[in-house]
Amino acid sequence: MSYIVDRRLNGKDKSSVNRQRFLDRYKKQIKEAVSDATSQRSITDLESGEKVTIPQRNISEPIFQHGEGGDRTVIHPGNKEFTTGDQIQRPESGGGGGGSGEASDSGEGSDEFIFSLSREEYLDFLFDDLELPNLLKQHLKGTDSFRYKHAGVVSEGNPSKINIVRSMRTSLSRRLALGGSARTRLKEARIELALLREDEINVERRRAILLLEEEIKALTERLARIPYLDTYDLRYNHHVKDPVPTSQAVMFCLMDVSGSMTQQMKEMAKRFYMLLYLFLERSYEKTEIVFIRHHTSAKEVDEQEFFYSRETGGTVVSSALKLMDKIIADRYPVDQWNIYGAQASDGDNWNDDSPICKQFLTEKLLPITQYFTYVEITPRTHQSLWDQYQLIEQAYGDQFAMQEIKDLSDIYPVFRELFQRREA
Amino acid sequence: MTNSPSKKHNQPISEGSEWTFDLIEKYDSEIGRVAKHYGLDTYPNQIEIISSEQMMDAYSSIGMPIGYNHWSYGKQFISVNQNYKRGAMGLAYEIVINSEPCIAYLMEENSMTMQALVIAHACYGHNSFFKNNYLFKTWTDASSIIDYLVFAKTYISQCEERHGVSEVESLLDSCHALMNYGVDRYKRPYPISVELEKQRQKDREEYQQSQVNELWRTIPEEQHTRRAGDRKMQFPTEPQENLLYFVEKNAPRLEPWQREIIRIVRKTAQYFYPQRQTQVMNEGWATFWHYTLLNHLYDEGKVTDGFMLEFLQSHTGVIFQPPFDHPGYSGINPYALGFSMFCDIRRICENPTDEDRQWFPDIAGSDWLETLHFAMQNFKDESFILQYLSPRLMREMRFFTVLDDDKKEMLEIGAIHDEQGYQKIREGLARQYNLSVNEPDIQVVKVDLHGDRSITLRHKRQQRRPLGDTTEEVMRHLHRLWSFDVHLESSFEGKVEKHYHCPPKADALPPMYGMGFNLSAI
Repeated sequence: MSYIVDRRLNGKDKSSVNRQRFLDRYKKQIKEAVSDATSQRSITDLESGEKVTIPQRNISEPIFQHGEGGDRTVIHPGNKEFTTGDQIQRPESGGGGGGSGEASDSGEGSDEFIFSLSREEYLDFLFDDLELPNLLKQHLKGTDSFRYKHAGVVSEGNPSKINIVRSMRTSLSRRLALGGSARTRLKEARIELALLREDEINVERRRAILLLEEEIKALTERLARIPYLDTYDLRYNHHVKDPVPTSQAVMFCLMDVSGSMTQQMKEMAKRFYMLLYLFLERSYEKTEIVFIRHHTSAKEVDEQEFFYSRETGGTVVSSALKLMDKIIADRYPVDQWNIYGAQASDGDNWNDDSPICKQFLTEKLLPITQYFTYVEITPRTHQSLWDQYQLIEQAYGDQFAMQEIKDLSDIYPVFRELFQRREA
Repeated sequence: MTNSPSKKHNQPISEGSEWTFDLIEKYDSEIGRVAKHYGLDTYPNQIEIISSEQMMDAYSSIGMPIGYNHWSYGKQFISVNQNYKRGAMGLAYEIVINSEPCIAYLMEENSMTMQALVIAHACYGHNSFFKNNYLFKTWTDASSIIDYLVFAKTYISQCEERHGVSEVESLLDSCHALMNYGVDRYKRPYPISVELEKQRQKDREEYQQSQVNELWRTIPEEQHTRRAGDRKMQFPTEPQENLLYFVEKNAPRLEPWQREIIRIVRKTAQYFYPQRQTQVMNEGWATFWHYTLLNHLYDEGKVTDGFMLEFLQSHTGVIFQPPFDHPGYSGINPYALGFSMFCDIRRICENPTDEDRQWFPDIAGSDWLETLHFAMQNFKDESFILQYLSPRLMREMRFFTVLDDDKKEMLEIGAIHDEQGYQKIREGLARQYNLSVNEPDIQVVKVDLHGDRSITLRHKRQQRRPLGDTTEEVMRHLHRLWSFDVHLESSFEGKVEKHYHCPPKADALPPMYGMGFNLSAI
C-alpha cells in the first residue's frame, strides 16, 4: 500500500534558517572576505553576488579521529600487478597509491570552503553597520506623498469597503440578542402545546391550545421580523492617510576631469560612486544619478562620457557646484527629493576659486542636501580646496564629510568611514 | 539481464519518459506486486514528489524530514547547493527515511524510468531492509521517529527562545562533536509518542537534577558519616563508552534543559547508528532489488527496451567501482560491493562451483531467496562480509591489502586475491567496516568525585594509531559540557603514551599539585 504525495508546493527554503545561522556565525570571516573582494572586483560586477572563501579549519566540526601513524591494513580493489610481499614506495601525500586510506569521508578534501552569497546577502555584508546620515526628510507639508494605512474597522463607510466577516458577526450577535427571549418562549410553548395535545381534549384544554397556538404564531412572526442583516450590522474597513517621507533620492556625482586626473584616478572615483549608488539604492525606493563633470566649466553628461571621455584644461570646481544647484532648481524639487552630493577630485583647483566653493556650498547647497561627501584622490599633498573644505567639515560635521583616497584598497575603508553609523 | 522475448505479451506500462501521478501509481503497484512475489516485507510507503531545491534541503539535514536548526546543516546545505550548481555532483536520486510509513522522496526532474528505479530501490529495497534487519529492529523504532523529531525540534526552539540562540548553538556544537560517542550499544530504546515524550521529559528533568545533586553533594554532615573506604571508590565503577550519556547523567553543572538537549542529540545518533553499520548491506540490498524487480518487469514485457537502457545506464553508474589507481577513486563503493555480494550469494545458491561448495557448504545449492533474506536479516556489514565474501568475488574485485606501518619505510602488500590471501582479505575488509575499529576507542574511566571534579577519559590505541589533531578541539567541547577539568590519556598496551588536558596544563606537574585543591581535604 503506497501513498503518493505531491510536496512540490511546500516551502523549499527549509534550510534558509540554517543557512542564515551559518552566515551569522561566520559573519566576521565573511565580512573580511567581502571587503577583500570589493577591492579586487571590477566595477561592473559589484552588483552581482560574491564567492566567499573561508578557511576550512575555521568551520570544521571536530570529532575524535585517528591520526596519521601506527600500523594499519587497508583493502583496495583493482589489483593489477601486485603479489603478496611486494614492497612499494610510500606515496607522497596520499597520491594514487592510496596509502592514507581512511575511508572516503570527504572526497574533495579541499582546504577552503567556498560558497556564493546572493546579491542581497553580499550587499548586506558590504554595507553592514553603515547608515545614511539624515536619512529622512522632515514630513512634507504638501500632500504629494502619503499612503493609505489600515486603521481598524468602523461602522460607517463606503460600500466597497465592507468587511463581510465582521458584518456577519455583528449580524449574528444582534439576531441572537433580539430573538433570544422569544425563541426560548417559543420552545417552551411548543412543548406545552405538545403536552396538551397528548391528553384528552376538553373545552378548557381547547382554549389553552388555542391561546398557545396564537402565542406561537405571534412569536414566530416576531422572530421573522428580525432582519437578517441590518444597516446597523455593517462594518467597514477603515484606512487613513499616512504621510510618508520622500523615498526617492538623487545622487549628484561631481568629478574633476581636468588634465591632472588620470584614468586610474577616475577608476577609483568610479568605484567609489558605484558603492555609493548601491548603498543609496538600498535605502530608497528610487534613486537617480546625475553626472556632472567639470574642468573650467561644468557639464551634465551620461555615465559613459562621465567616466571615459578625456578632457584637458584647468580646473574651476565652483562651476560644477553651480550647475548642481541649477539642476536641483530645475528638476529636483527639494521637498520631494533627498539630495546627495559626492564629489571626487585630485584636489587641483584654481586657487581663487576655492573660497568661492566654500561659500557656495555652505550657503546654497548644504541647506538643501542631505549629505555631501568629498573624496580627494591624490598621492600628493593637499591644496587649497582641501583646506577650505576642512573648514566646512568643522562647521557642518553632520552633513559634510571628506576623506582621502590614496590607492584602490583605500576605497572601501574610506567609504565605511564616511558612512559609519554614528551614535545619535 | 535475462532477456526472454517470448514472454513479452504484455502491454508496457508507459512508453515516454515523462512521468505523471497516474503512471507513478501504476509503476508502484506493479513493482509492489513483483516485490511481494519475491517475499519483500515492507512498511507502507509514502512517496513524496519534491523539487530539486527541496531535495537539497532534505539532503543537508542528514535526511531527517524534520530537523532542529543548527548552523552546521546550513553549511552542509551551502556546500551541497554549491556543488550541485557547479555540476560537480548530481543530487542523490532518492532519500528514504526509516519510518513507518516509510517516506521516500522522488525528484520532479527525474524521468519516468528514474522514478521507477527509485521506487524499486527505496520503497521496496531499503524499506524491506529497514523493516527486517535485526539492527534496525532492535535499535530504531520506525513508528515513533517522526514524533520524536517533532518533539526535538519544538523543544530545541523553545530552548532557543528561553535561553538564547547562541547558548543553545554552542551546546549543540559540543554535543555534535561527541555524537559518535553517544550511542548505546546494548540497551534497546523504547518507543513512545510525542505526548508521552513531553511528559517524560518533565519528569526526567526533575529526577535527573536530584540525582546529580546527590552525586555532587558537598554538605558537611555527609562528610562526617562518609567512611574512608568510600572516598577511594572509583566512579564510574566500570569504564563507560557512551560519553554523551555519561555527561547527561553526571555532569555537575548542567541545567535540566541542557541535559535534555544532550539526550536529543544522543537519541538522534542512536537512530542513525544502524545505518552507519549497514551501509554496504543496505545499499547492496536495495540495489540488488531494483535490479531484480525491474528486470522481472522487463521479462513480463511491462517496460520497454528504452526504459531498460536508461535504467541500466544509471544502474551501472551507481555500481561502478573505480580501481585504486583511478583518479576518481575514493575507497570502496558500498553500492558496488553490496550489490556484487548479494548477486554472488544468489549465484552460489543457484550455480555453485566446487570452490563455493567448499567455502559455503551451508548455502551452496540452497534456495536463494531464503538465503538472501536470512543474510539481510541477521547481519551487519562487518559480519556480513566475514560470512559471505566469496573467493570468486575477491578475484573479480581484485582486492589486495596494503600494510601501512609507520615504522617501516615501505608499504607492503599483505595479501592478494589468491589462495593464501582470501582469508586475510576477508577479515581485513570486515574489519574495515567495524565501527569500533574505525573510531578511536575512548571511554570514561574516572571522575574525581571528591577532589577537583575532573573527568578522565582513556583512549586505547589500536595498532599504535594515535589520535588525530582535532582531539584538542573535541576536548574543549567536552570541557564545556563538563565544566571542570577534562583529561584524556592515550595509551597503548597499558602504557600511557600521551596526555591531553583541557584546560591545557604542562604534563610535568607533580601529582601533589592537584592535591592542594582537594575539596574533601579541607
